[in-house]
Amino acid sequence: MTAFSPSSDQSPSNTLAPPLREGSAPMAQVATENGHPDHRMFGLATFLVADGMTFAGFFAAYLTFRAVNPLPAGAVYELELILPTINTVLLVLSSFTFHRAAKELRHDQLGACRLWLLITAGLGLAFLGGQMVEYFSLPFGLTDNLYASTFYALTGFHGLHVSLGALMILIVWWQARTPGRFTADHHFGVEAAELYWHFVDGIWLVLYGILYLL
Amino acid sequence: MTIAFPPQTSSSPPGLQPEGWLRYLSFSLDHKVIGLQYMVAGFFFYLVGGALAGMIRVELVSPISDFISRETYNEVLTLHGTVMIFLWIVPVVNGAFGNYLIPFYVGARDMAFPRLNAVAFWLIPPAGFLLIASYFIAGAAQSGWTAYPPLSLTTPAAGQVVWILSVLLLGGSSIFGGINFIATVLKMRRPGLKLMQLPMYCWAMLGTSILVVLSTPVLAGTLVLLSFDIIAHTGFFNPALGGNAVVYQHLFWFYSHPAVYIMVLPAFGLVSEILPVHARKPLFGYTTMVYSILGIVFLGLIVWAHHMFTSATPPWMRLFFTIATAFIAVPTGIKFFNWLATLWGGKIALNSAMLFSCAFIIHFVFGGITGVALAQVPFDIHVHDTYFVVGHFHYVVYGGTVFVIFGSIYHWFPKFTGRMLNEDLGRFHFLITFIGFNLCFAPQHWLGLNGMPRRVAEYDPQFTLMNQISSVGALLMAVSTLPFLINVFWSAFSGRVAGDNPWNALTPEWLTSSPPPVENWKGEAPLVQHPYGYGVTPGQIDLGAATGREIWSSGQ
Repeated sequence: MTAFSPSSDQSPSNTLAPPLREGSAPMAQVATENGHPDHRMFGLATFLVADGMTFAGFFAAYLTFRAVNPLPAGAVYELELILPTINTVLLVLSSFTFHRAAKELRHDQLGACRLWLLITAGLGLAFLGGQMVEYFSLPFGLTDNLYASTFYALTGFHGLHVSLGALMILIVWWQARTPGRFTADHHFGVEAAELYWHFVDGIWLVLYGILYLL
Repeated sequence: MTIAFPPQTSSSPPGLQPEGWLRYLSFSLDHKVIGLQYMVAGFFFYLVGGALAGMIRVELVSPISDFISRETYNEVLTLHGTVMIFLWIVPVVNGAFGNYLIPFYVGARDMAFPRLNAVAFWLIPPAGFLLIASYFIAGAAQSGWTAYPPLSLTTPAAGQVVWILSVLLLGGSSIFGGINFIATVLKMRRPGLKLMQLPMYCWAMLGTSILVVLSTPVLAGTLVLLSFDIIAHTGFFNPALGGNAVVYQHLFWFYSHPAVYIMVLPAFGLVSEILPVHARKPLFGYTTMVYSILGIVFLGLIVWAHHMFTSATPPWMRLFFTIATAFIAVPTGIKFFNWLATLWGGKIALNSAMLFSCAFIIHFVFGGITGVALAQVPFDIHVHDTYFVVGHFHYVVYGGTVFVIFGSIYHWFPKFTGRMLNEDLGRFHFLITFIGFNLCFAPQHWLGLNGMPRRVAEYDPQFTLMNQISSVGALLMAVSTLPFLINVFWSAFSGRVAGDNPWNALTPEWLTSSPPPVENWKGEAPLVQHPYGYGVTPGQIDLGAATGREIWSSGQ
């Protein structure tokens, strides 16, 4: 095949893979899942491109609002920076802890992997807690003005992603209890949750930049 | 690889999937079943959308609002646009033919994600019924398929919210489908099959799916914000609350201009499959076709503001979007001339599939020319929101895409069912569709140039005659569905038996039985490296190296 080589480095070995049907074209070096070529990571990556475009639309709307729509007089809000910065550190840290979890899994250290997964989920939940504290301490509500609405829409949509990501991490943490559910070279659930988590983390860095720093 | 075969290798346990016709009502994972599910569901919604169009044309027979009330007229035109775009054209030209053909073309036994595929289809019927039900329960949305605020904020909220929900579901379906097509074309190709050997429809679907994945999410996000404006009274797009309605237009058209290509690029691909078969000529200029599609994908993403020249667009923006739009005429023109060159000197069989395809070329050129005209600011400002735009749009989407859908049904029906459609009925269907369509939409250009606004139930009495001509055309179009339906139902049961390959075509879907077995081929998938090698010995064609001219001249 061409430059799109199959992402099969974590594929099960041939003995584990259910065999190809009689007479079917050989799908050499392609990971399989129940006899079907496994392109789930590619599919997830494509989905994240789509998801990223949703955010891109929101970012574009927010930046345009800021550029052309003046706020009502006296409604310029300086956002508190300490809490969001702590939150940013937590979320970036959680990307590293997740990376560590996946690394432990690849070295067959399931116990250590589960511990790091739990730490990652904890950091994600701490981020959400920090977000809640920030929401309750803000001097404006959802419908106060355009800036307030956009702020809540952007952080809320991102917070929804963090919540789903934390849920995914807890699910794979729970699934990892069962021996053999994830193996060193076959652990799509963990891989997928990791890619998603890095994506959510990256989106937050952009959000932090344009919402708080700009 | 020598591996022991266990007795049960099917990816789905037996018993879960019903047999026979019941498969078409089930959560089937077979791409061919899903493709036909898309097609039948889409055609049902085509009849619904057509009935709505009929109501519009009946109302417009007379200059006063006498057939239905103005509010109902607004609901009807909103439903007509939404149903036709999101429930008929996008699902059928992408979902139906894409699901049926793409796995054959790449030499796979199914799509990359069969379950996601079934989910994508089964989002459509509930979304469609939700949308139609809103008319009977709370009154449908009244703000057109564009749902521009502040209009969509001031019209009754319930219908608008249901409309948003429905479009979000359909957008989700479209994105899932797009992910599936990208993965299938890029990752599921049979070993030995190169990208530049794929049939053109694969490229069209790859380009379309890239547009779907990049632009549909933006619409989804925008509609979520719009629903906040309606439900939570935020002010994103509400000028009365300090919001910005033009931002909605930018975000909406960032999806909805590419949506035109989402509707028409697959039609380009289908026509590129039909013409070589029935003209017995290689597709002219394969390489240029591929790069034209990619060029249209890129340009299609950066021209959206040409829909907004009357929305206080700054001069630099007008300049940029006018020029970018004019550039789209280049790749489109390349494709047009490639089709003509494919026909040139061919042994053309003027059957129904070919007639519909040729009519597509004519209509699309006309719609394309009015499109380039509409991209010019001085002209656009005069005809903005007039019937000229309606005429232009329907020439592209009905005269273009719907004609291709019919042509494709005539072409692939033997593969779907194993029986031929009746040619006489097919040509009769073509004749009245062609006459009815042109009678209906050609006068609308004149109406628009003379200033008749669109989306209004009443009009100046001086436009009466032209509107009546247009309505007669619409009546013919409605009638034209009958011979088609009779043909399909009669032929499905008692048509002439088609055999595996009635057209002597070379693309892989014809190299199996009709209808094809589950998993597409009994034996190994064929490696088709020259899908358009008509009239030439296969050894003469090197699609990787040859230009279109060489293929063409060696075919003489």
